[in-house]
Amino acid sequence: MSQATAQNIPLSFYEEKSAYPGIFAWIFSTDHKRIGLLYMFTILSFFLFGMSMGFLIRLEKMFPGGQFFQPATYNALFTIHGVVMIFLFVIPGIPAVFGNFILPIQLGAEDVAFPRLNLLSWWLLVIGALVIFLSLFTGSKLPDTGWTFYAPYNTITTANIPMAVFGAFLVGFSSILTGLNFITTVHRLRAKGMTFFRMPLFAWSIYATAWIQILATPVVGITLLLVIAERFLGVGVFNPSKSGDPLMYQHLFWIYSHPAVYIMVLPAMGIVSDIIPTFCKKPIFGYKAIAFSSMSIAFIGYLVWGHHMFTSGMADLARVVFSFLTFFVAVPTAIKIFNWTATLYKGSIELRAPMLFALSFIFLFSIGGLTGVMLGTLNLDLHLHDTSFVVAHFHYTIFGGFGFALFGGIHYWFPKMFGKMYNETRAKWAWLLLFIGFNMTYFPLFLAGLEGMPRRYYDYLPKFAPYHFWSTIGSWIMISGILFMFGNLLHGLLRGEKADDNPWGGSTLEWQVPSPPPLVNFTTPPVVNKDPYDFSDILKKRNSSPTPQDQEDKGGQ
Amino acid sequence: MSAHAAELAVHEHKDYTGAKIGMWMFLFTEVLLFGGLFLLYAVYRAEYPQGFHQGGLHLDVFLGAINTIILLTSSLTMALSIAAIQRGQKGLAIFFLSFTILCGATFMVNKYFEWSKKIHHKIYPGSEALAKYVDNMVEEGKVPPQQKSGVLLFFSLYYLMTGLHGLHVLVGMIAMAFILRKLLKQPFVHHRWNPFQKQELQGCRLVLEDPNGQTIWKSETFDETVKHVDVEFQYYPAPKHVHPDDYVALENTGLYWHLVDLIWIFLFPLFYLIS
Ligand SMILES: [Cu+2]
Repeated sequence: MSQATAQNIPLSFYEEKSAYPGIFAWIFSTDHKRIGLLYMFTILSFFLFGMSMGFLIRLEKMFPGGQFFQPATYNALFTIHGVVMIFLFVIPGIPAVFGNFILPIQLGAEDVAFPRLNLLSWWLLVIGALVIFLSLFTGSKLPDTGWTFYAPYNTITTANIPMAVFGAFLVGFSSILTGLNFITTVHRLRAKGMTFFRMPLFAWSIYATAWIQILATPVVGITLLLVIAERFLGVGVFNPSKSGDPLMYQHLFWIYSHPAVYIMVLPAMGIVSDIIPTFCKKPIFGYKAIAFSSMSIAFIGYLVWGHHMFTSGMADLARVVFSFLTFFVAVPTAIKIFNWTATLYKGSIELRAPMLFALSFIFLFSIGGLTGVMLGTLNLDLHLHDTSFVVAHFHYTIFGGFGFALFGGIHYWFPKMFGKMYNETRAKWAWLLLFIGFNMTYFPLFLAGLEGMPRRYYDYLPKFAPYHFWSTIGSWIMISGILFMFGNLLHGLLRGEKADDNPWGGSTLEWQVPSPPPLVNFTTPPVVNKDPYDFSDILKKRNSSPTPQDQEDKGGQ
Repeated sequence: MSAHAAELAVHEHKDYTGAKIGMWMFLFTEVLLFGGLFLLYAVYRAEYPQGFHQGGLHLDVFLGAINTIILLTSSLTMALSIAAIQRGQKGLAIFFLSFTILCGATFMVNKYFEWSKKIHHKIYPGSEALAKYVDNMVEEGKVPPQQKSGVLLFFSLYYLMTGLHGLHVLVGMIAMAFILRKLLKQPFVHHRWNPFQKQELQGCRLVLEDPNGQTIWKSETFDETVKHVDVEFQYYPAPKHVHPDDYVALENTGLYWHLVDLIWIFLFPLFYLIS
């Protein structure tokens, strides 16, 4: 009737006994930390797969003319690259990994609101991914529609698009359940004293993201189901030869897929908002402004989808309105950027690896964001639409934004998740390689795009050759940086030194539990009585200890 | 419970409000799922008013109205079932819930006859006979040539939207059937708590008493080696006493059922009453 365990030091969630043996202890676990790590392993595998596709795309484009692949294979390469990266890596992304692992601890909760639903979300992602991979080999050719699955080609091509689209639908469902879970968690499971305005900004960003997940994803869900219905049930709502309107597909698709870019980037901004104060030892500047800007990005992001369709055929008035609203969404983003830089002002900045990633996020995302405003400008977009300028823009926002923040988050929370430290010096070198390689890969594409290099083209005019050549060289540097980074993290995981509970001097709740945390997170439920970025206690402790620089050498071996 | 033990705050593991919030979120996603289709309907109907008019002439208003009445009634009985269980009147709750399921089934049967009649007349998306029939309409001057697509789109949307709605009716019926089974089996209530903190445990013991203060069971006194206590027990609730946790599943299914009903309230005029 009752059971009792007799330890004084709580076991970590790794050591706690599970009802299932071996791998089943993970894939059937409802513990949010295990699910977070499952997601991390899953989506990073997809990332490496997608990255290989990207590597091949760049290789093919190194010189003008065909190099290694047939044009049709090339079409499949960029399609698979896009589908895998967007649907399987970026969309689950940060909420799935850190929303699961970190959010409940930051709120002082034992788990998410619906742990079993949480496990179901992971399973849906995995099954969706399997369906997508199966679709590659079950059509008479590889999918070649691009990741957007535009109508009417999606019903005409002989590739197995219905199956790919169904996989994406399952992934979307997983995303909806995750969002639903996190909203309920934030509303119901905050610790005593943790008011909404005492939540860390990462929690705020996950909360805002969760609203987009549940309110935007169903629209793409029904759109993808309609694509399947077009193929099998003979209905023709998008196919003009069956009296449908392909523009309606584009509208429905972008009603989801523009807000989806904020599913990708809002949590990234949340991570940056947590990293920067920790490594400045200073409360974040404009806490409420950052929190509200997350919510307003989530809201305004709904009203701008038309900027993807300026050249598709739309009333002039609609185009002007969409263009104006697109400018408007840049405002809350800029508010965040100014607040982060204001936080840096007079802070005692420690340039540790997570901080480098956070700072490069600000730099790269600013470029991505400002070029986004350029693309949102109606007249400029008529020139730049479907050029490699767009490709460079969204890689700067998604990879430079989401990707760098994810890697920063992995470095930041690595000690918490695994209880081990990685090698700091090597982490910085990996960052440098990645940062240089990234800019070398994507910046030339801006220039080529300005001169008219179309995106998704197999071949190109000789005048674009230098851009593509240097871009390909850059991709090699970038990939070696990524591999070096993962190698270093893996080494830290296996051989790293034991990490302290609070190696960075972080102020949020997750740094008050052991590394790695025990199964129930908190042995006594925490009571919160201060702001999330109040470092006074930590600084007091640090100043009173005789060797404040100890920590500095810890990671450096 | 003994005086000391009584001070230990007991916290339920299940979260009634959380379950409700989660369900409302889910309903939002359902609204948006249908929202995509309503958007298509709005755009195409604005573009092809005459085509939609001609399409609407082919729907059976009588059958549609019957189905509307059935669904409205079922929403009422669903609410009555919830009201009954909140008062602990289990028998009544079971009766109303069964009636609701029956309404859902009748709706589906009607739908089946309606659809099969149309399919029998070769009115379905992608049907060649339908395309020819629409061409005839154009020749007879019933539909202007540029509105021809409207008739085809009307039937596409008709099948898609009522089909997706029918699927939701089916899912709702399955959910209700599960709850009905649970109610019929009179399951014991299963509670699991682990509310106690390490410090609070020292020197305490756990005592279970009946309403008259007679001790039913008591544990050993906890010493410092005890860190964690899980309390798990099962009991058969008195019929008059039903805990909110037991009916939250029924309430949530009720919410879902009302949404399904609400969607039909929009579908009925938009398809059946536009001509
Ligand atoms: Cu957009």
